Amino acid sequence: MSDTLVLTPQQIIRKKAAGEPIEPDDSQQKDRHTIVVLVENTIGAFIRVINMFSARGFNIDSVTVGTTEDASVSRMNIVTTGNGRIISQVLRQLSRLVDTIGVVDLTGTDYVERELCLLKVRYTDRSRSEILDTSGIFKGRIVDITSETMTIELRGPSKKVDAFVKLMAPHNIVEVARSGCVAMQRDHAA
Amino acid sequence: MQYDIHTKVRPVKAGDTLPEPALEVSAESKRMSGAEILLRSLEAEGVKVIFGHPGGAVIKVYDEMMRIRPGFEHVLVRHEQGGTHAAEGYAKATGKVGTVLVTSGPGATNTVTGIADAYMDSVPIVVFTGQVPTNLIGNDAFQECDAIGVTRSVTKHSFLVRDVRDLARTIREAYHIARTGRPGPVLVDLPKDVLMAEAPFHYPEQVNIRGYVVPDAGRSDKIARAARMIAASERPVFYVGGGVVNSDASEVLTEIARTAGIPVTTTLHGLGAYPEEDPLALRMLGMHGTWWANQAIQHCDLIIAAGARFDDRVTGKLDSWAPHAKVIHIEIDQSCISKNVFADCAILGDVKTVLQQLKPHIKPKDTSGWLAEIDTWRQECPLAYDHDDKLRAQYVIEALREKTGGRAVVLTDVGQHQMWTAQYFRFLFPRTHITSGGLGTMGFGMPAAMGAAFGLREQGSDMPVVCISGDGGFVMNAQELSVAAAHKLPLKIAVINNRFLGMVRQWQELFHMERYSHTDLSDTNPNFVKLAEAYNCVGLRASSPDEVRGVLDAAWEVTDRPVVMEFQVVKEEMVFPMVPAGAATGDMITQRLTPNSFV
Ligand SMILES: Cc1cc2nc3c(=O)[nH]c(=O)nc-3n(C[C@H](O)[C@H](O)[C@H](O)COP(=O)(O)OP(=O)(O)OC[C@H]3O[C@@H](n4cnc5c(N)ncnc54)[C@H](O)[C@@H]3O)c2cc1C
Ligand SMILES: Cc1ncc(C[n+]2csc(CCOP(=O)(O)OP(=O)(O)O)c2C)c(N)n1
Repeated sequence: MSDTLVLTPQQIIRKKAAGEPIEPDDSQQKDRHTIVVLVENTIGAFIRVINMFSARGFNIDSVTVGTTEDASVSRMNIVTTGNGRIISQVLRQLSRLVDTIGVVDLTGTDYVERELCLLKVRYTDRSRSEILDTSGIFKGRIVDITSETMTIELRGPSKKVDAFVKLMAPHNIVEVARSGCVAMQRDHAA
Repeated sequence: MQYDIHTKVRPVKAGDTLPEPALEVSAESKRMSGAEILLRSLEAEGVKVIFGHPGGAVIKVYDEMMRIRPGFEHVLVRHEQGGTHAAEGYAKATGKVGTVLVTSGPGATNTVTGIADAYMDSVPIVVFTGQVPTNLIGNDAFQECDAIGVTRSVTKHSFLVRDVRDLARTIREAYHIARTGRPGPVLVDLPKDVLMAEAPFHYPEQVNIRGYVVPDAGRSDKIARAARMIAASERPVFYVGGGVVNSDASEVLTEIARTAGIPVTTTLHGLGAYPEEDPLALRMLGMHGTWWANQAIQHCDLIIAAGARFDDRVTGKLDSWAPHAKVIHIEIDQSCISKNVFADCAILGDVKTVLQQLKPHIKPKDTSGWLAEIDTWRQECPLAYDHDDKLRAQYVIEALREKTGGRAVVLTDVGQHQMWTAQYFRFLFPRTHITSGGLGTMGFGMPAAMGAAFGLREQGSDMPVVCISGDGGFVMNAQELSVAAAHKLPLKIAVINNRFLGMVRQWQELFHMERYSHTDLSDTNPNFVKLAEAYNCVGLRASSPDEVRGVLDAAWEVTDRPVVMEFQVVKEEMVFPMVPAGAATGDMITQRLTPNSFV
């Protein structure tokens, strides 16, 4: 962990006094962060991790939990939006928890992210083909169809799912179920 | 942002071995109840005293206690909050882990304040709470409380033991976690059926918690960089906190400070880590710190922060604090680094180990010009109060200092008397000043003093234990007097009676136009002398300066029970100097001004 985080007010003042260049104050800037936390596979561990975000006033956009190749280790994929400096501090607080085994912020790195979405939409004769076209473009799969509704399965980066749900909005959406994002860094060594 | 992996790869600190070899139980085969396993585990952990209160969920433990007579003392406290503070006092005075045992439901909720206090002040305690049987958890059963849920945000870690076979290992881990790294409270929740169930007893030698790594040595490149920064600085200051006391680093700190001529200021929790009568000692900094310590911070070019966490009571308004200083921060908890104040050189590690690594790199320096400048600030605004025929708290504290020569463990409650103790006692040794700083818990002082006294007794120390309390806070846990009396602890308790919630009164006078809303205690204060006597303690009273020494002499004659000394002091006295909350450290009020100056 580098100890040169984004500047604190004290640091900015000091730099100003010394006539040194200052990067813009980012305290208002908020970005989307994709964070992976490896924890002991216990409910208590999940709660402590989630608590840490809520205690600092962060919304969690999505969180997924599942086991890994080691059944005693769970992987939490957390997507949140916030100020980089504060998130960086939350990550340090996370890694000091007894039950966390590793904490990684994937933001800004080369990683793959996927989300699964099931979307049930009510169709009419008029909207049917447009719905099919759109889901075709997004490589969605029809997994269930009745005389009134169809259910589309879609997977991809969360942004793609966002776009799809948005395009479907004018139609008569019955329900949407999203898995939340899972993410993994690409391997550079290979 | 770059790819940041916070994977924990540092080696576990060596030396977390058991104080004694685990019991020579031919244990592998012998089965015993969970309750007995608990008691045997505490023995194996080297526990000598626990503070507890029985109830239905832990009745089996108390039953086994009577049967097997374990090798530690159980102190029956009169309120579970008192028990947790006693465990804190014990832990802070001895450096060992304090232990608490309470029942489920209300027993558990009564410990919450003490647990939160220990969390804020990094005090190692383990709290065992009874719990309803596993099959009833979540059922709103009688005296059920989700102790783990309630305390999650104020514990370093917590465990619910679901299987009696995990009990001994869990206890081993709980003590390890409480004691190592940044110390803190650990809660172990014990369902009744687990205490009743039987299993073979084996107390593990080794702890293996993969996600828990304790930093020890600092990175050598950082050490070298810190040494260069120290060599290059002209106006360095050591800013020393509770971490130095916790890691017993006073000696090496003193060597470095003296070699390089670096003045030392301490936080409230750092008091005693550096002898306050030393010429290099600047004494406490911060809201009620000395003028010269705060001036030194505002003018220094290097802060060497050792085991201190840049609390807002220390820094005041952050963006004008120490404007010219570069910062070296030696800290064991990575989440504290660059949290409030940016660290130009952050060294993650145990402060004693890091200072020992640093020591060979430290060359003698000439800082005489800097020290002379600090001395002018020292002359400019010394700590002072009026000496007339009225009794003032500061006078009492100085008299206590004179009586003990600084050879005493002093515990305080929270309020004005706490700050005056910090300002006027002049602490000489680590672990001789114990207070509630982070949570600021009124009612801490007296039970914590009782815990400290048990600790000193165990260590065979004859240092007196002095508690300095306010008339407000003392009453909050006064019930523990009877416990201290039953155990013949010769506590010296000074109740500074200003008939007010003094610290709040001070803020009302300064910042709320003298509107003393609900801070006058004259109608509800007890007769402190009678209160003491009712609890089998000795009660004494002084109301003028010339009575103080007589009262102290009489108190020191008593060796078989606590003495409560009520000092009736003037109510108008205020703690100065003071940095108003949220103000810049440079804007210290050094004396009484008209209230209108601040509204
Ligand atoms: C009425 C009132 C007024 C107050 N006024 C003041 C004031 O004027 N001045 C003041 O200083 N305080 C004051 N306080 C106390 C203040 O609120 C904080 O509790 C205190 O400043 C914190 O002290 P600390 O920085 O030493 O940290 P602590 O709370 O003692 O924490 C210790 C730090 O050291 C680290 N550490 C622990 N062990 C190690 C180790 N082995 N190696 C390395 N690092 C370690 C910990 O991670 C932590 O960061 C006041 C409190 C009250 C109630
Ligand atoms: C449990 C608790 N309640 C309220 C407070 C707020 N508080 C801080 S100092 C103080 C006054 C303490 O009065 P007293 O014990 O008489 O001590 P004094 O300030 O007069 O020395 C109060 C009410 C607190 N710190 N803790």
